[in-house]
Amino acid sequence: MNNKLTRRGLLKTGAVGGAGLALPTIFTSGASAFTNEPMGGTVTLGFNVPQSGPYADEGADELRAYQLAVEHLNGEGDGGMLNTFSSKVLEGNGILGKKVEYVTGDTQTKSDAARASAKSMIEKDGAVMITGGSSSGVAVAVQGLCQEAGVIFMAGLTHSNDTTGKDKKANGFRHFFNAYMSGAALAPVLTKMYGTDRKAYHLTADYTWGWTQEESIVAATEALGWETVNTVKTPLAATDFSSYITPILQTDADVLVLNHYGGNMVNSLTNAVQFGLRDKIVNGKNFEIVVPLYSRLMARGAGENVKGIFGSTNWHWSLQDEGSKAFVKSFGTKYGFPPSQAAHTCYVQTLLYADAVARAGSFNPCAVGEALEGFEFDGMGNGKTLYRAEDHQCFKDVLVVKGKDNPTSEFDLLEVVEVTPVEQVTYAPDHPMFAGGALGSCNPGA
Amino acid sequence: MLGLNKKDATLLGVVAVLVIFAPFILNPFPADSAMAQFNAGYPDLMQRFVIFGIFAVGFNLLFGLTGYLSFGHAAFLGVGSYSAVWMFKLLSMNVIPAILLSMVIAGLFALLIGFISLRRTGIYFSILTLAFAEMSFRLAYSVLTPITNGETGLQLTLEDPRILGQTATESGGIPVTNLFGLEMRSTEVLNLGGWSFQFNNGYYMAGALLLVAFYISIRIFRSPFGMMLRAVKSNQQRMNYTGLNTKPYTLAAFVISGMYAGLAGGLMASMDPLAGAERMQWTASGEVVLMTILGGAGTLIGPVLGAGFIKYFENIFSKINEAVLHSWFHALPDGLENAIVWVFEHFVGSGWHLTLGLLFMLVVTFLPGGLVEGGQRLGRLFGRKKDAEEKTATQSTPAE
Repeated sequence: MNNKLTRRGLLKTGAVGGAGLALPTIFTSGASAFTNEPMGGTVTLGFNVPQSGPYADEGADELRAYQLAVEHLNGEGDGGMLNTFSSKVLEGNGILGKKVEYVTGDTQTKSDAARASAKSMIEKDGAVMITGGSSSGVAVAVQGLCQEAGVIFMAGLTHSNDTTGKDKKANGFRHFFNAYMSGAALAPVLTKMYGTDRKAYHLTADYTWGWTQEESIVAATEALGWETVNTVKTPLAATDFSSYITPILQTDADVLVLNHYGGNMVNSLTNAVQFGLRDKIVNGKNFEIVVPLYSRLMARGAGENVKGIFGSTNWHWSLQDEGSKAFVKSFGTKYGFPPSQAAHTCYVQTLLYADAVARAGSFNPCAVGEALEGFEFDGMGNGKTLYRAEDHQCFKDVLVVKGKDNPTSEFDLLEVVEVTPVEQVTYAPDHPMFAGGALGSCNPGA
Repeated sequence: MLGLNKKDATLLGVVAVLVIFAPFILNPFPADSAMAQFNAGYPDLMQRFVIFGIFAVGFNLLFGLTGYLSFGHAAFLGVGSYSAVWMFKLLSMNVIPAILLSMVIAGLFALLIGFISLRRTGIYFSILTLAFAEMSFRLAYSVLTPITNGETGLQLTLEDPRILGQTATESGGIPVTNLFGLEMRSTEVLNLGGWSFQFNNGYYMAGALLLVAFYISIRIFRSPFGMMLRAVKSNQQRMNYTGLNTKPYTLAAFVISGMYAGLAGGLMASMDPLAGAERMQWTASGEVVLMTILGGAGTLIGPVLGAGFIKYFENIFSKINEAVLHSWFHALPDGLENAIVWVFEHFVGSGWHLTLGLLFMLVVTFLPGGLVEGGQRLGRLFGRKKDAEEKTATQSTPAE
């Protein structure tokens, strides 16, 4: 066996190794002004939605909305909200004359997987904008990635304060409302309905969204006189909540707040009802359950159990303004059922991005960001809305909803109790629940 | 060369050539052709190929040589990632200290878990490692949130101290991971006709480490220590009866294997500075077992092939959606098109696990030696007889 280290062998190895190390540096990159500048007649958007995991239902609906938005941008279909949108620069010929194409990825509702799929869309497919997601953990992770890579991130359904709070990024934008707004809108309604001397028990999904929602609801309800008995964190992957429900029976709590979303909420609410919580009388008052963040998909999953339960939502298909009606009509024509709030926010985000590009006249993330900052618009289903420049959060009215007692169809499950005006849910950019982060400067990459 | 016999040196050479020319090999289709869907030569996936290659090579040192099936190897990968990200947060964005720390911490962690788990063999050992990994996952996911940032994952912020580096760049961004100034994420693009080949710094650094890891693995396979580990696999009881204490050997193999996983974890964090708890979940541990068995347990090159195979499926097949399928079959009549798309859509997109499961089943049933055995059979079919004899010699046949 020849295992001597010879001079000739060493030279050979060195030469090969040296060539290998030098290889990546001898080529020069093509000159483009920013990451994935669209060169041909098309522009690629990346739709990163959960196709598996606890939020798969929302993900599927988001994808439908994106496909609809792409159709409308390319001038197919009936145009949907493009007809009601207050800004009129989009002409149905793609974005800046480039036909819109898209790629999809599965976030699996895991930060790692979501980043990997976003990365491949940026590096392989040349996506110039990433959007979607149904979890704040994922939104925060992907937003960070987009900031580093130099593309725009238009958040999908993400309700945590952190997304536009301590984890806000210059390249990231959120249309959806947040936990603080839910608390501010919901607390007055709750105290009106249930009184001011209630004792609340929180079950909270154990991640960024759950934490900030719990914080927001606790703060808002305590300010109006409620007491918080206990707050318990439950794992996101949990499917059976019985072991978390039984301890509630041992306390003198008379309200259960479920800071859960999607499949989590369906299961925890079902468990709570099975344990007879809603028929209980505590402290001489009816035991009540509150679900601060509500969606129609969840209401359908939980069936009978949602009747009479209060919560808040970003948008509901039964709204009667022109924008909502146009969107529900084109979504219903294409898919045969009304859209969810997740679908709505994703559809609107895509249109807002396209509009910002058209107004800026460029796909450059910095130009697009500038066009979105401080942008005021209407006709997108939420009334007058402002994209605040300080934290890239949209400010608009919030809906307080209730599970309908007598639903007329399988989609007619929620009724709007109150439209909380935007002034009541607005907060200062340096509010303690949002403090600690910085937008930084926009990154065009390349 | 380098203390290897001719066959091993050739194998290392082949791996080196594959690693260096991967951007060409993995990008066979022009960027604007319909087949570009199947190109895998973009930085993120190439990095994953080599990083999971390292992970699987390390796992194979334990499983392939000693036969101890660890079901908790992802824990070491996760620990490595967390250590590396903390190094980026506290010390500097240079990847060297991060990777070193991730290997050291993963090694210590493996020493602790190995010391306890290796008291048992067979299925009990597997269950113990699985239990430890699940514990680590739960800890990272919720209990240790101050250290791991729970479900959101540990990320860099603009407020991190980074004593030896800078907290934020002049333009107000988070600095990027680098090797003495060479940015990990920067990529050179070479446009040749319709093809565009991407050369990424991070990939080449990870690739160089894969070669080192592969070389060390060959040396261990061929050493007396490796022989001792194989003896443990074939009959541990007999070794004990001859008065030999096998535990130091198995423990050493476990720790080395854990450090490989830590290296892989550190590299993952170096390429993309985020560490999520899911990296430690049992599904991630199961994945490396799949990679090793799919490629060929106990062989040198098998785990690398298996890692590449699974990662390719995860990243390429999962991206084929309904619209893509429709565009492939749009020439067919409508009814037929919809029927075919309906069948296929369950095997691609989010259904890629189904395809992987079927393939895994086929491989395990018909090629128990994994992809390497498949290659050998092909070689025997088409090659000369001499080749076949040589190939069996490069591979250590599994004892069971």
